[in-house]
Amino acid sequence: MARGPALTPPPLSDRPEIEPPPLAPGAMAHSKPYVAQPAHNEALGYPGERVDDWQAKAIQALGELVDSSRALKVYLDSCVKCGSCADKCHYFLGTGDPNNMPVARQDLVRRVYRRHFTPAGKLAPGLVGAADLTEGLLEEWYSYFHQCSQCRRCSVFCPYGIDTAEISMAAREVMDRIGLGQKYCNEILGKVHKVGNNLGLPEPALADTLEGLEEDIEEETGQAVKLPLDVAGADVLLITPSADFFAEPHVDGLIGYAKVFHQLGLSWTLSSHASEAANFAMFIGSRDQMAKVAQRIHQAARDLGVKRLVFGECGHAWRVAYSFLTKLAGPWDFLDPRWPVPQHILEVTNAAIETGGIRLDPEGNAGKVVTFHDSCNVARASRMGEGPGGQFTLPRAVIQASVPRFVDMADGTIHDRTFCCGGGGGLLTDDLMELRMKGALPRVNALNHVVETQGVTHMAAICAICKTQFAKVLPLYGLDMEMVQSVHGLVSQAIRLGAAPD
Amino acid sequence: MFAPGPVFAVLYYATALILVGGLGARLLGWGRTPVPLPIPTTPAPMTRGGVVLRMAREVTLFESLWRSQKALWLFAMLFHVGLLLVSLRHLRYLLPEGTLGPLWELVVLVQPFGIYGGMAMAVGLLGLLGRRLMLPRVKAISRGSDFLMLGLLIAIGASGLAMKFAVHTDIVAVKAFFLGLVTFDWQPLPADPLLLGHLLLVALLMAVFPFSKLLHAPGVFFSPGRNQVDRRAFPAAQGRG
Ligand code: HEM
Ligand code: HEM
Ligand code: SF4
Ligand code: SF4
Repeated sequence: MARGPALTPPPLSDRPEIEPPPLAPGAMAHSKPYVAQPAHNEALGYPGERVDDWQAKAIQALGELVDSSRALKVYLDSCVKCGSCADKCHYFLGTGDPNNMPVARQDLVRRVYRRHFTPAGKLAPGLVGAADLTEGLLEEWYSYFHQCSQCRRCSVFCPYGIDTAEISMAAREVMDRIGLGQKYCNEILGKVHKVGNNLGLPEPALADTLEGLEEDIEEETGQAVKLPLDVAGADVLLITPSADFFAEPHVDGLIGYAKVFHQLGLSWTLSSHASEAANFAMFIGSRDQMAKVAQRIHQAARDLGVKRLVFGECGHAWRVAYSFLTKLAGPWDFLDPRWPVPQHILEVTNAAIETGGIRLDPEGNAGKVVTFHDSCNVARASRMGEGPGGQFTLPRAVIQASVPRFVDMADGTIHDRTFCCGGGGGLLTDDLMELRMKGALPRVNALNHVVETQGVTHMAAICAICKTQFAKVLPLYGLDMEMVQSVHGLVSQAIRLGAAPD
Repeated sequence: MFAPGPVFAVLYYATALILVGGLGARLLGWGRTPVPLPIPTTPAPMTRGGVVLRMAREVTLFESLWRSQKALWLFAMLFHVGLLLVSLRHLRYLLPEGTLGPLWELVVLVQPFGIYGGMAMAVGLLGLLGRRLMLPRVKAISRGSDFLMLGLLIAIGASGLAMKFAVHTDIVAVKAFFLGLVTFDWQPLPADPLLLGHLLLVALLMAVFPFSKLLHAPGVFFSPGRNQVDRRAFPAAQGRG
């Protein structure tokens, strides 16, 4: 397992974008996350251990998945091997392993699909690269489908929009169904089902934490900013990643949301039943699991009788909420129809800035030169605001209102061409540290470039996974972990609390 | 003397069946498969009309490819635009004079450009083959079928160009043969080796179309990433956001 004593990062380049490396076959074949234990799998309804007739079961599962998703079927049928996607994956750029070229990753599944479900693969397997799912190929699946953060960058550049993330999700679901789960994701999902959040944080501990934060804020600002929990009849239910309750710099963001609500005079609450925005079921490709997690939010909103649903800073959670929430746990017609469901906290804050509901003073962040990391799932799988691309403009507008100077990273590394932090898609686990470090290369390189050429001091993010990942890998590249900021952490420093603004 | 007419008549009836049946089955299969979740690659259009425009840009301009690799885009354009011009020019061999109403003028108009199209197609294909043989990344993802497909198209183009520039064939007879196929009034086919080679390879292309990567042509229209509207899970009653 990738726990080598010395984690040496690949070299940065003095240009903002990383050149594709020479091919290094097998360079990352050893990278594999810990396999889930029987209890982790069984809690999700999967077989505890690898089933005896795993090959037949896997083919059957693949067939079922392909018949249940047009995307999967069309994507597996349509690739022309043009190679447009080949150099677009951060894991390929960071490792040179040819199996990390998106098309090659897809082919790990496509081989088996062709062999069992297409005439060409049945008649002339050698010619079209069709193959049986052997033990060796399954090993490769486990390794390389856990080297895909499902970031969709490849799909942006594919002339047919083929999305390797969809194939990755399907491959993980197939593996789960034969009892070969990934420990990190499956264990976490078990905690959500049992306790309500990824951390396994029970209600009393959560209440304690929030109380402590209230005290801290009051001490620092003199204002009684509240972080309410399970308040029935509140207007707004805030769903946020549980990392916001503890981790740095996440918690600064949570304090920022609270200050915005406070200043707007909004009645709001958190829920202990749905104390998690994250939905790792997307990572393992299970729609059933995804619905089960999402239904906790529906339940909480009903029980508390709230009117609006607002999500905190979390990338994949926003995708699941923005795009899937009605399919998974709708309809939402019991909420106030004047508000869209869901809303992003940045939509609330941005509107508050525009209408003058809150005042921000960049002096609160004096000395900071800030850049922004577009999170994959926000950039390429969702939206904010009124029109396409709002997911790029809103965060930047809020940051610009909060800090003295804002600088964007190079064009090819932002907006829908943004690079993954390297830890998305269920890979944010210590047993994949080498992969996380190498996958962060393109983003860190672009960041380093603006640090050196523009004097950037901080990078803001709107995703719990990105924040944790950067805090961990930036130091490996010689950058300070404190560079990473929550966007609402910046808001928190800049916001003027107290009586109506003058 | 060998009379190829009946053999090719049977061959073309068979390949037409395979093409239509195979493609029909595949498209039906795609169409019947549910799309459980909205997954447009964003930023995506928020209206149907916007999606039609996005698709049109993708199909006519290869927009995503342009953003990715300019050299690949150039070869891809040369080949596909060439193929389009050649196909339009070929309508003259396959349709009765004056069909398609006013559109027929277009077919007549495109005749001289069809030749350039044939050349562009050849250049594009050679470029695509060259990169597949030489660029390590593209080579690594290529299988036998990828080379064979390029080879097949190059051979079709080369035999066609050879007929045009070197060894002419009796086009009037070719046309009579194909019109005869449609009306079941079978006519002889000139026994020119180049023509027969050309037609044999074209039949092969038609037969493999529904079972090969050529499915990308209909596939792009079925791609949820590109054909879905961006819509929030539960928009506000007033339609805000
Ligand atoms: C809707 C119509 C079509 C569109 C939008 C389209 C688009 C594309 C694009 C974007 C590529 C990738 C770039 C490249 O490798 O050239 C491609 C590749 C290819 N297309 Fe098409 N195409 C269409 C129709 C066709 C047809 C009708 C044929 C053949 C009869 C064809 C044959 C090919 C081949 C063989 C390749 C792979 C070239 C290679 O090996 O690099 N395409 N197509
Ligand atoms: C049943 C279908 C087809 C028939 C009857 C046919 C017949 C012919 C004939 C008779 C010529 C010679 C034209 C001349 O001497 O002026 C020709 C040329 C050519 N053919 Fe075809 N062909 C067919 C399909 C195709 C297809 C599918 C392609 C491409 C994939 C193709 C590519 C070419 C090219 C590039 C030329 C040379 C340029 C030109 O004259 O337009 N042909 N074809
Ligand atoms: S989805 Fe992202 S991580 Fe996965 S293959 Fe594509 S670019 Fe790589
Ligand atoms: S860009 Fe799309 S069609 Fe081209 S190789 Fe990658 S997945 Fe296949």
